Amino acid sequence: MDAVLGQVYAGISLASVLLLIALGLTLTFGQMGVINMAHGEFLMAGAYTAFVTQQVFEAAGLSLLLALPLAFLVAGLLGVLLEVTLISRLYARPLDTLLVTWGVSLVLQQVARDVFGAPAVEVRAPSWLTGNVEVLGTPFTTGRLFIVVLALGSVTVLSLVLRSTALGRRIRAVVQSRGLAETSGVDSRRTDRLTFFIGSGLAGVAGVALTLIASTQPYMGSTYIVDAFLVVVAGGIGQIRGAVLAAFGLGLLQAAFAYSQSVSTAKVLLLVVVIAFLQVRPQGLFDVRTRSVV
Amino acid sequence: MSASAGSLRRPAAARAGWTGRAAVAGAYAAAAAVLLLGAPALLSDFRLRLLTQFLCLAMVAVGIGLAWGRGGMLTLGQGLFFGLGAYIMAMHLQLSDAGPGGRPSFMVTGSGAPWWWELFRSPVAAVVGIVAVPGLLALLLGLSVFRRRVKGAYFAILSQASAAAFALLLVSQQNTIGGSNGLSSFRQFFGYALNDPVNRRLLFSITAGLLIAMVAVVHQLMRSRFGELLTAVRDGEERVRFLGYDPAVVKVVAYVVAAVFAAVGGAMFVPVVGIISPNNVGVVPSIGFLIGVAVGGRATLLGPVLGALAVSYAGSELSARYESVWIYLQGLLFIVVVAFLPGGLGSAFGALPRPGRGRTPVVGSDEPGPAPAAQDGPSLVNEPEPFGEPVPVRTGEVR
Amino acid sequence: MYTRRRPRTVPLALAALTMAVSACGGARVGDTEDGAAAGGSSCVDTAGESVKVGLINSMSGTMSISETTVRRSLELAIEEVNAAGGVLGKQIEAVTEDGASEPTVFAERSTKLLQSDCVAAVFGGWTSSSRKAMLPVFEDNDGLLFYPVQYEGLEASENIFYTGATTNQQIIPALDYLKDELGVTSLHLVGSDYVFPRTANAIIKAYAEEHGIEIVGEDYEPLGSVEGIPTIVNRVRSAGADAVFNTLNGDSNVSFFTQYANVGLDAETMPVLSVSIAEEEVPGVGVDKLAGQYTAWNYYQTVDSPQNEEFVAAFKAKYGADAVTSDPMEAAYTSVHLWKGMVEKAESFDVDAVQEAAGGVGFDAPEGSVTVDGDNHHIAKTALIGRVNPQGLIDTVWSSDAPIEPDPCLETYDWADGIEKDQTYCGS
Repeated sequence: MDAVLGQVYAGISLASVLLLIALGLTLTFGQMGVINMAHGEFLMAGAYTAFVTQQVFEAAGLSLLLALPLAFLVAGLLGVLLEVTLISRLYARPLDTLLVTWGVSLVLQQVARDVFGAPAVEVRAPSWLTGNVEVLGTPFTTGRLFIVVLALGSVTVLSLVLRSTALGRRIRAVVQSRGLAETSGVDSRRTDRLTFFIGSGLAGVAGVALTLIASTQPYMGSTYIVDAFLVVVAGGIGQIRGAVLAAFGLGLLQAAFAYSQSVSTAKVLLLVVVIAFLQVRPQGLFDVRTRSVV
Repeated sequence: MSASAGSLRRPAAARAGWTGRAAVAGAYAAAAAVLLLGAPALLSDFRLRLLTQFLCLAMVAVGIGLAWGRGGMLTLGQGLFFGLGAYIMAMHLQLSDAGPGGRPSFMVTGSGAPWWWELFRSPVAAVVGIVAVPGLLALLLGLSVFRRRVKGAYFAILSQASAAAFALLLVSQQNTIGGSNGLSSFRQFFGYALNDPVNRRLLFSITAGLLIAMVAVVHQLMRSRFGELLTAVRDGEERVRFLGYDPAVVKVVAYVVAAVFAAVGGAMFVPVVGIISPNNVGVVPSIGFLIGVAVGGRATLLGPVLGALAVSYAGSELSARYESVWIYLQGLLFIVVVAFLPGGLGSAFGALPRPGRGRTPVVGSDEPGPAPAAQDGPSLVNEPEPFGEPVPVRTGEVR
Repeated sequence: MYTRRRPRTVPLALAALTMAVSACGGARVGDTEDGAAAGGSSCVDTAGESVKVGLINSMSGTMSISETTVRRSLELAIEEVNAAGGVLGKQIEAVTEDGASEPTVFAERSTKLLQSDCVAAVFGGWTSSSRKAMLPVFEDNDGLLFYPVQYEGLEASENIFYTGATTNQQIIPALDYLKDELGVTSLHLVGSDYVFPRTANAIIKAYAEEHGIEIVGEDYEPLGSVEGIPTIVNRVRSAGADAVFNTLNGDSNVSFFTQYANVGLDAETMPVLSVSIAEEEVPGVGVDKLAGQYTAWNYYQTVDSPQNEEFVAAFKAKYGADAVTSDPMEAAYTSVHLWKGMVEKAESFDVDAVQEAAGGVGFDAPEGSVTVDGDNHHIAKTALIGRVNPQGLIDTVWSSDAPIEPDPCLETYDWADGIEKDQTYCGS
């Protein structure tokens, strides 16, 4: 029982990390049909923002709370910069955007190496996020609990924004029918920039969260990014609820496999399952309603 | 309208009859002569070995040029097929080094090599395996994926996941396939000792000859009806379907060809470089295969080859002297070429000849037909504007 | 459906013909005797004022984190040797290459160093994959590689000198320490999924069976990934071994120790002995998480000897007061001096002469006195078990009485007979 609950928690924790990372990606992917391969590097930028914040404000708790909005800003601005300079030219060629953003990720990794050095840097966690909470005899580590809360909170806020605010309505309009939205007077280009800002900003927040459980180094973006792509693709383009379901599905499934198999085998099995799932349902869990012939 | 009309006209070279064919044959002969006779004479052993290595990567690029440049399928997982071909060749070489009935020295569990190693003990079986195993896998994957109309970014991510899974699998199996060390230390290649420079020149000749053959195959494919269909599928898959063809079959054929080319490239890579490891198989090398294609001009015939050679050479030279600058350069190459010169560097200088397809090339871009049309977006409908005029906004997809 | 025109046979035939023609040219050599280096003879130019050596390390990519420090100590050593008059009166000229964390690049670059640059010796390599990739290159071209990293043993090439620890100089003393000093009777094995941890764990299991230690778990985390860490730590916690033997690599250690501390484990209740955490890695993980944990190396920055004081001072002078020194760095530094000793004993740069003269060459290294074993090309090293201190450095808590003779094939240990060994080097 103890072991099972521990695995369930591990699965939920992984799911929340994937969700946090995939949330921003889902947004940008849904908006523009653009998979941003530099998303992991925005994550890294957020993590390094947390590091720099901690250099300035020694107190770990204060620096963490400050770093969250700061990272959102930093990563968001990076995203807008990327969108304005490169991605806006490539809307007609989404696959090329994949490659261009891959190039951007290479450059960003190297910049991080040159500025911060190649070895990992330490970002200390505040004392109220170390240790664990005992639940039915199983330790639930507080740092990961914070990430679960952060992920669910981000989902809630994002959904609220999309559902209830004017900006959210504009975003949804552009996703559903760009031409019609423009005809209705929505400045689709400006909406795109804002969407990219929010999506990349979420990556920055995810990066801050990652400093609690992983090392902060120039290549940290690539650690979770392949799985984040799979979450986005399995969840359905632009579908927040799809991303939530897919993240929890992937996280819990991997933890379930890892309960009896080795971690490597669990990973391979998971990839196989996702690939198979995508064969069966290529549009993901939830698809945008379409009048296509398929 | 001009695009579709143009694609139905006979390719210019074929219309010219025998003079056209003679010109093409002559071009191939010249290329073969330069490559096969000139290179070994002019280059030192070390540089020849490097060139052979680059030619193997160029083979992968040729396949990607077909699948991506002409077929519109961005495959981020060619490492899977490259790795399959390479590992099968490596298994065969290690078995033949071990002698009849022997097994590779790193393998000491039980007696004899596992059954799936023994399959490739005979040279014939190995050669057949190098072509058949990746080909069959690509066939299966392609059929299931393309029949389901998975395309665009979804297909790209799927292929990436396949390569990642394969690399993970290889790393975890240390006792049977070498794990993260991979397979190395090959003494002979189908009977010829590998440390003899004469035999290394033979390796070069084989690799160069295979590459020329591959380019010829792609040339032929693109000049045929299949080639027109493939490009049509890239530009407007739904229309092709409405016209009564099955785009899935077309794409599968291109995908299988690309897979086989990558596998052969991997197979020749092994005796030349002397090692194959999961490092050559996963996510990062798979994307690395693409940069040469993008730089050279993905939809041209020679662009992928020249691009792959140029990028590999630049990498080899620059990383020796300016280590971190090369990474920046690589990233910038991706960005600049793909974003601003989608036709590759060749299109910037107007240099690279394109096999005649009889249509007016769109300046500076390899996207044919009405400019910006989202052919390869994630939406399941990807029709360009139905009224023919190029519209400067994104596609008017109906959702 | 559509019909496909028959492919034109002319270009294909032409390609085949040219292949055949070129194949007919040139003398065809059949199977030569195994091991005959038909193409590789040394082109080293020892006529002038200087002699070239090659430095091959990953200066880019993920391994560069560790390997740049090795490059630095190699350059320091070369500077020192040159200042002291060089080798056989010739100044050392270093040709540097970037392995880019890719075994194939290591193979390619080392071929260039040997065939194009004609270096007398090469220093570098880190991962076992890079060494395995370079091995045939050095054997075919009759070159010399000095490999400075602790590794899984089971290898003894004529063309490589291994200045890092082999398993009986690091892992086995660590096991002895756990058993004798800490009274450990059960172990949990945690490592990254690649050759070194897997081979190390095979050795540990054989030792455990012989000495009555229970192995309660063996878990591997894929390289470069941290997703399975919570699962692994859960298993470690529930299995409740006396200690953890940690062969995790790189950044997985950060995740592991964070999770381990957060679930309430610590160095008193379940100590962790790591073999891949050195002074360089401590800041990344966090001193507070590592303080009191154990490591097994053959050198620490805190080693108390005049040679080490000089070494550390010189290193800090050249690279900054914040720089730290670690075992692989020291092994690399030592390898340059050892090569100098071998060449001077052989009075020649010729590889065969150096190989002949190598046995018995010694050096007062910062780690202590080391001697080269002429048969297996490893060096005798003292094993040091350390504990991380609150300043982030490692203090020695136990050392082997004398330098341990290297036994890469574990021939002197009966219990190791059952371990799977590569027959090429550990025959019989």
